[in-house]
Amino acid sequence: MSSRPQSAADSLSSSSSTSFTSSTSSTPFVTSVLTILSKEIRTELRTRELLVTTAAFALTVVFMFSFSFDPTSAESRRYGPGLLWIAFLFAGTLMLEPAFLREQANDTLSALRLSPIPPTAILLGKTLSNFLFLAITEALLIPVFAVFYNVSVLPVLPGIALVCLLGTIGIVVPGTIFSAVTAHARMRELLLPLLLLPILTPILIAATEATAAFLSDPPEWPAMALKLLAGADIIFLTAACLLFDSLLEE
Amino acid sequence: MSPSRTIWLVVTLVAALWMAAAGYAIFFIAPDESTMHAIQRIFYIHVGSAWTAGIAYFVVAVAGALYLAKRDPRYDWAALSAGEAGFAFTTVVLVTGPIWAKPIWGIWWTWDPRLTWTFVLWLMYAAYLLLGTLVDDKQRRATLRSVYGIFAFVNVPLVWETIRWWRGQHPSPVIGGNDPKSGLDPTMRAVLFFTWGATAALFAVLTRSRYRLEAIRGEAEELRQQIEDSTLSAPRPVGARPGD
Repeated sequence: MSSRPQSAADSLSSSSSTSFTSSTSSTPFVTSVLTILSKEIRTELRTRELLVTTAAFALTVVFMFSFSFDPTSAESRRYGPGLLWIAFLFAGTLMLEPAFLREQANDTLSALRLSPIPPTAILLGKTLSNFLFLAITEALLIPVFAVFYNVSVLPVLPGIALVCLLGTIGIVVPGTIFSAVTAHARMRELLLPLLLLPILTPILIAATEATAAFLSDPPEWPAMALKLLAGADIIFLTAACLLFDSLLEE
Repeated sequence: MSPSRTIWLVVTLVAALWMAAAGYAIFFIAPDESTMHAIQRIFYIHVGSAWTAGIAYFVVAVAGALYLAKRDPRYDWAALSAGEAGFAFTTVVLVTGPIWAKPIWGIWWTWDPRLTWTFVLWLMYAAYLLLGTLVDDKQRRATLRSVYGIFAFVNVPLVWETIRWWRGQHPSPVIGGNDPKSGLDPTMRAVLFFTWGATAALFAVLTRSRYRLEAIRGEAEELRQQIEDSTLSAPRPVGARPGD
């Protein structure tokens, strides 16, 4: 403490939490984010419950949808993109809650907060891990979808991957925020989808339209849909970065 | 009676008279629309409420941001009050719309951009009001509400852009629209702005009385907490958390 300039010490003494913030300067931001991300991946590799459950759920949704229309190739191209994205949206929404609740069992969230890692880095790490898990679920589901619904995905795979990349960012960024703040709510399993799904309307529309354009015969380049997706991602990310800091305060 | 209460009593009275005057203006001053006739008169309430709801959601977002910056519960109360009033006005928009649409379009509802958009908005702010009832800790509740209010508000133009690009039947805006042939009769325009003023005044009164209720609730919660803290001064067992 004595090595610090007097003025800095004065400003730091005002609250105990700021002294933690001051020590974060020794840990680079990116390292902190990666530490959280690797922690999440390690936890998942050891338990394997989140990914397996989410993938099984999404698979069930895709399967159940086969009863809602005649799954011939032409029909699938019409309804397929929508059902695929609804499955991703539901899977993402339901996956996000346990991803944060894991931290509650042993109150590890408090431990995280006490660690010399800024709240933004914690939430960014969580967002990245959620992105990774949802992206893996999507990667598992798309081949199954292609086989079940007789849609040829392989020729337009880069396009679909781009839509998935943008769409998944759009789901997990607001999703991580709201799962962080609803962790203490009653009925949180219902509340999170209720909060999240209307917010994700633009993502659902744009991702569905983009996927439909890629799957149409011949494939089209969905410039406007991709622009809207990217725009939504940028807006969500900006809002998230501004809000992250205030989320984990008690 | 405190001066602020007197002022609010006057404001309430003005709002009530203004609403009554708007009702008179809508039915007796506004000219008859040449093709739609009487049913067109719902337009003044419909559009006025929609604009007021817009203001309300702006207040929600600004008050939410102020809460996050200053952590003063009064901003959260203001945001919640405006949100609840805004939700009521959005409901008015969603109810008056179909009443007009049935005779004019022949259907109650269509998934046109503006309708879909308003419905998404309504859903978002319904969720906004619900979430407050499901979080017990008042600081967490206020944080969650503020964050959601801001997120919902920045999402509004995005939802609009997306849906408009995706689908297209609602009459284009007659004020600030791009169609040069579209326009409002000057008397109609005056009645519209007058009705909007009335709904805005009603909004102010509703928000204010809701705010008072929330402030009283906050105070009661505070006092209850104090009593609890003083009677439960014995330390809890180690490791036990509230709710265990």
